[in-house]
Amino acid sequence: MISNRRKMFLWTVRGAMYLAAVLTGALTLFIMGYVLLKGIPNVTWELLSTKPSYLSGNIGILPDILNTVYIVIAALAIVLPLGVGAAVYLTEYASSKKIVAVIEYAAEALSGIPSIIYGLVGMLMFSNSFGTCLMSGALTLVIMNLPTIMRSTQESLKTVPQAYREGAFGLGAGKWRVIRTVVLPQCLDGVLTGCILSVGRILGESAALLFTAGFAHALNGFFEGLSSAGATLTVALYVYAKEQGEFEVAFAIAAILMILSFIINLSAVMVTKYFQRRNAV
Amino acid sequence: MKTKTNLFEAIIHGIFLILGLITVGCVLLISVYLIISGIPAIREIGLLDFLFGDTWASTASEPKYGILPFILTSIYGTAGAIILGVPVGFLTAVYLAKVAPIQVKNVMEQAVGLLAGIPSVVYGLVGMMVLVPGIRELFDIPDGAGLLAAIIVLAVMILPSIIKMSITALEAVPKEYEDASLALGATPEETYFRVSVPAAKSGIAAAVVLGVGRAIGEAMAVMMVAGNVPNMPDSLFQSVRFLTTAVASEMSYSSGLQRQALFSIALVLFLFIMLINAALNFFLKGERNK
Repeated sequence: MISNRRKMFLWTVRGAMYLAAVLTGALTLFIMGYVLLKGIPNVTWELLSTKPSYLSGNIGILPDILNTVYIVIAALAIVLPLGVGAAVYLTEYASSKKIVAVIEYAAEALSGIPSIIYGLVGMLMFSNSFGTCLMSGALTLVIMNLPTIMRSTQESLKTVPQAYREGAFGLGAGKWRVIRTVVLPQCLDGVLTGCILSVGRILGESAALLFTAGFAHALNGFFEGLSSAGATLTVALYVYAKEQGEFEVAFAIAAILMILSFIINLSAVMVTKYFQRRNAV
Repeated sequence: MKTKTNLFEAIIHGIFLILGLITVGCVLLISVYLIISGIPAIREIGLLDFLFGDTWASTASEPKYGILPFILTSIYGTAGAIILGVPVGFLTAVYLAKVAPIQVKNVMEQAVGLLAGIPSVVYGLVGMMVLVPGIRELFDIPDGAGLLAAIIVLAVMILPSIIKMSITALEAVPKEYEDASLALGATPEETYFRVSVPAAKSGIAAAVVLGVGRAIGEAMAVMMVAGNVPNMPDSLFQSVRFLTTAVASEMSYSSGLQRQALFSIALVLFLFIMLINAALNFFLKGERNK
């Protein structure tokens, strides 16, 4: 029925596909299993709850955890209004196609720039004026995450039915009132997804923070922390692994980061599902 | 009353316009900062000496700033990652989009999502602890950190984006194309590779270009496995520096002309990325116009 040449093609292609898929699966399993197995035994309460001290030779990552939390909060607090505002402008206000195209092109360009360049420019723009501190890092991250928030908000603004807006306009509401009370509440899912994606990106970021936020391990409060240099978890991992050779600590941080990224992926999926179900009703 | 509302709405409109233009402002600001801080060193060193000089000795008593080794390393490293990563990613994508049972597909897609979310320093750490000693043992060389290790790490790191984008492109192929091919007596495999893949080619090309962008811009993971000596990339085992790691590794202690030269390297990297972005847009436009 089928000639030998076709059979050859069929089996080669089939074999290659299965091989590639198995390789991808095995790689994923290996990386996760390896990091978790090597890391989790080293995650102790002492590691999580103390700060490093050269005197006692103790290594603790509490300052790094707090720095990560601070930088996430600061970056999100600034990028959210900017990103959501830009998305609202694009879908609700912009009447000129040219402006929309320019803004969207700029957003694409921003998301293609590698993080080391952000680090460098962040250093020039922010660290030179504010000093090397978490705030400079957070501001750099704001620029990096602007396209993420903007795009996911924009996607969900596009799904708000035109009839909602027309209905509100028909009742005599002004444009701003329509956006505030009708349109924005409907796109909560997009904003939330954007936030989750951004948190994931911030957690994983290191090159952009190395020169903007620095790598100190001091224990600080929120505002004090923002104005002083500090390492986030990823930067701490790099420093411990590459500069200090403390591989146990590095693996412990890697395992924590891995678990956090599980949680982030899971919550992104759950948010999408929850809103799909709610919108379907 | 009327004019008051109009004024209010106009102000709100203006605020949103400004918020919208911030993105554009950021891009302009980044470009301007890079150009302004990148030009002086190139001027002082000379464009040709800078781009095609084959020695980088920034801390020598008679410093030399030639970045050809970095440019070549970045190109070789990216090419290597593409050669290793694209076939695996592409074939996995075809399998997942067309062949795999739905449960397998769901699980694998989640797994690929997780792979995409792993921070680059974690890839670097695994590379440092597994790949570098592995290469050292396998090829019996004094140090496993080098171009090959970087290529493998980059290949794994670009896998998720290639798989995801290729799946999207393959799933967008109209079902009728495949049905027609099957009805003519082609086997399913022939249909996927002779009909679906050609139909999705601009999307797959975009996936590859995206992979190139990721690979050329990656800094931390590469820094941890590539060895970081500014050699010419003559062999796969050579300890090398990429454009990204050249910036990162000297930034913290550099000053004067050396520091300015680092900014110039960043400018060169930025130009590479802009070229790649333009290519990406070109392919994505092809996808949309279909």
